[in-house]
Amino acid sequence: MLPKLFFVYFAVMIIVLSLLVVTRKNLVHSIMWMLLLFIHIGGLYLFLNAEFLAAIQIIVYAGAILVLFLFVVLLLNIREEFGQRWFIRSWQGRGFVAAALLLAIMLALQYIVLAPMGKYSIDYIQRETHAKVLGTVLFNEYVFPFMIIALVLFVPMIAAVVLAIKRRKA
Amino acid sequence: MTPVPLEWYLMLGAIVFIIGVFGFLTRRNIIMMLISIELMLNGVNISLLALSHYMQDMRGQVLVFFVIACAGAAVAVGLALMIAAFRNKPTSHMDEMDILKG
Repeated sequence: MLPKLFFVYFAVMIIVLSLLVVTRKNLVHSIMWMLLLFIHIGGLYLFLNAEFLAAIQIIVYAGAILVLFLFVVLLLNIREEFGQRWFIRSWQGRGFVAAALLLAIMLALQYIVLAPMGKYSIDYIQRETHAKVLGTVLFNEYVFPFMIIALVLFVPMIAAVVLAIKRRKA
Repeated sequence: MTPVPLEWYLMLGAIVFIIGVFGFLTRRNIIMMLISIELMLNGVNISLLALSHYMQDMRGQVLVFFVIACAGAAVAVGLALMIAAFRNKPTSHMDEMDILKG
């Protein structure tokens, strides 16, 4: 009973907060709601025995990405947004498309067939600690994707500097 | 202590993803669209972690790790593009960015 209660709390909070994020008119409010949303998603990760990824979620999303968003919002002029329409004019039709997609996903979930169980049981992860197990898997089986992800992070860093640098008009 | 069914997690992930899709389709502010993309990625992450936990396999968690890294890269490039576009035309509304020439 207690796990379900916790899950329902996190699920309701996540859904309500993501709706708030999408519908707020003021971008700063939206980003602040997103901070709360990411902390709740981190709590859900803790619930799934993934404490290292919960820490990563809080550090990277709530710490880095959110600050980047906030920085750019404050850099731009958000006052113009207040005079504009909230959504685009035909938002009902697009909401219908999204609802149809949700229905399709829900129908597809009924026919899900799980693969055979892997060897990383919950007891094993709890005994070895999650960070150690994830690191072992990451650096043994997924070394090459890990290097590629390093490159994927390095190239946008240069790209962001090149794009955002102020060019003098010739 | 009855465990939470896997379907609940998958439905939660699907709902968060769909809210992201809805925001992406209906909001025309470019930062709001980037935020919606982040919401979609988070919905997928919830599903991946739940499947990984219930199938007792670490591959889903490695994938979540990579998705978070890619999300950071995507946001960095998107916001840099936003700054570069804002310098030429001071608007954050997508429909007003209708010329290719700077």
